Amino acid sequence: MTRTGFVIANLFRKRVRTILTLLSVIMAFLLFGLLQSVNSVFSSGADFVGATRLFVQARVSFTTALPVSMVPKLEAIPGVVRVAYQQWFGGVWLPTNTPLIMFTLDPQRYHDVYPEWKMPEDQWQAFEHTRTGLIVGRQLAQQYGWKVGQKVPISSNIWPQKNGSKAWQFDLVGIFDGKDADWQKRTNLAFIQQDYFDEANQFGIKGRTNFFILKLAPGANAEAISKTVDAMFENSPDETKTQTEKDFNISFVKQIGDIGLIVRWILFAVFFTLLLVVGNTMAQSVRERIPELAVLKTLGFSDGSVLGFVLAEAFALVLLGGLVGLTLASIAGAMVEKQTGGQFLLELDRGVWLLGVAAIVLMSLAVGGLPALRARRLKIVDALAGR
Amino acid sequence: MSEPMVQVHNVTKVYERGKQQVEVLHGLTLDIPKGDFVALMGPSGSGKTTLLNLIGGLDKPTSGEITVGGNRIDQLGSGALARWRAHNVGFVFQFYNLMPVLSAEANVELPLLLTKLSAAQRRKNVAVALEVVGLADRAKHKPRELSGGQEQRVAIARALVSDPQLLVCDEPTGDLDRKTADEILGLLQVLNKEHGKTIVIVTHDPKAAEFAQRTLHLEKGQLLEQAA
Ligand SMILES: Nc1ncnc2c1ncn2[C@@H]1O[C@H](COP(=O)(O)OP(=O)(O)O)[C@@H](O)[C@H]1O
Ligand SMILES: [Mg+2]
Repeated sequence: MTRTGFVIANLFRKRVRTILTLLSVIMAFLLFGLLQSVNSVFSSGADFVGATRLFVQARVSFTTALPVSMVPKLEAIPGVVRVAYQQWFGGVWLPTNTPLIMFTLDPQRYHDVYPEWKMPEDQWQAFEHTRTGLIVGRQLAQQYGWKVGQKVPISSNIWPQKNGSKAWQFDLVGIFDGKDADWQKRTNLAFIQQDYFDEANQFGIKGRTNFFILKLAPGANAEAISKTVDAMFENSPDETKTQTEKDFNISFVKQIGDIGLIVRWILFAVFFTLLLVVGNTMAQSVRERIPELAVLKTLGFSDGSVLGFVLAEAFALVLLGGLVGLTLASIAGAMVEKQTGGQFLLELDRGVWLLGVAAIVLMSLAVGGLPALRARRLKIVDALAGR
Repeated sequence: MSEPMVQVHNVTKVYERGKQQVEVLHGLTLDIPKGDFVALMGPSGSGKTTLLNLIGGLDKPTSGEITVGGNRIDQLGSGALARWRAHNVGFVFQFYNLMPVLSAEANVELPLLLTKLSAAQRRKNVAVALEVVGLADRAKHKPRELSGGQEQRVAIARALVSDPQLLVCDEPTGDLDRKTADEILGLLQVLNKEHGKTIVIVTHDPKAAEFAQRTLHLEKGQLLEQAA
């Protein structure tokens, strides 16, 4: 037997209690790992490296519309090859009341900007020339069993038609797939013609869009172009914010709220609860073996050693739970990353691991400190006599 | 008379109970020579445990001197006293006080974690100690898988394992039946006679006197006659 063996044996003196406590530590650090890596995704700075497309939205928010008339100005910028645009349609599949990720757009421009989507050329043609045309991604078509040529009733929770009806009807003219596994995972999208929308919507909204997508020339300086765009529309009614595809996806989610603040509050609540749970376990565990601790001192273990034993127990408990939790978080993160085709890089980077280890050390001290001090102060004769 | 193992000189012990002060020992003087086996008897509350704890270095006297094996232990700080205990004295208690999470052999090994012995050396010493108390075949058992008498044997092995010259036992048979108690007392006698340990036991058991070399009576913090 070693001192370490002794600490571990003591840790499992009440197996059920230790396992339950361990589970709560694991849960807390799993949450910590996931939330912290979400947070680091959202707080990472703009990254223009390797960007082949830029997204232009209204500076206030992408829910604020921009005029399609900006297209020629954007296309005139050196390094910009082609410009597409998309407007949120707010589509809902009525039978199951399921929201769809659905946009209005210019078919040809979109086709030019997104070569990653694979669809027979005749279907692209049909989309361009069918005013009520609709194309959907392979996943979506499979999910609802849609076939090219059928009519698809979709209602919009934003845009009624001229006759006041929110129920639209489209002709499914094409089904697209992604060029590789990553893109194939994102084929849950649906697109309709901007022109048809412009003439059929009740409010007479015309030529408005939520964002532009600039396709860049190979080797173009994405960062410089993004600055040029924003400078071009500065002090106009349509001020812009231009960022890479990845940052745009992130800011899309950021609209929900201040992610960092939410994350901090959740973690605060989680760790505060953990402090109470594990602190209580440690306090109880020391309280119920006061005589044993006194015997250790009787045998010649110093006050410091006895303090060390209790602290080591707290540390072992939190370390074990913490490492398991963080490992689970990195596995879960890798799964999320795969599921979203790499759109969300939820890997636990070094910063998160370091923060996690710091949290483990602090938490051990917090939950083990008082019980350990109590064990250190213990007077042998009083403890042996049960005083 | 042979050289002294324990010298208690003019010792008083005062406990503080809130504002109240209780003097338990009043200028007590006592010599125990090396190789002695002393039974300390007396009514409850007379200060037997207090005296034993002072001799074993678990507590310090309020005044007076205590010398054990040539060391003035009343003058040691708590760290030095802990180190002294680890090498010079073994303790046996009424309720055995084993670690419930450890096997018999791990319990016996515990004090050796304070030494520089190698794992192999520790295992050997543990085996010897368990052999001496006659429990070699129960080495892997946890305390709750042992009888009271067996637990007390493990506790005695733990007290012996670092080979101290002095054993102090506070009512070691207080929780055992007659037959088992006699076995434990017999074991202590063997340790005294054959291994040369100096032994001080506190007991209520008049029969313990038959095993000890002499009996001391403590009453209200003072020693009465010294029987032969
Ligand atoms: N740690 C202590 N604090 C206060 N009083 C104590 C303490 N230990 C013992 N006493 C008191 O000292 C007296 C002697 O106790 P003790 O030495 O345990 O007697 P015995 O072992 O002979 O029964 C008792 O009155 C007891 O209440
Ligand atoms: Mg007593």
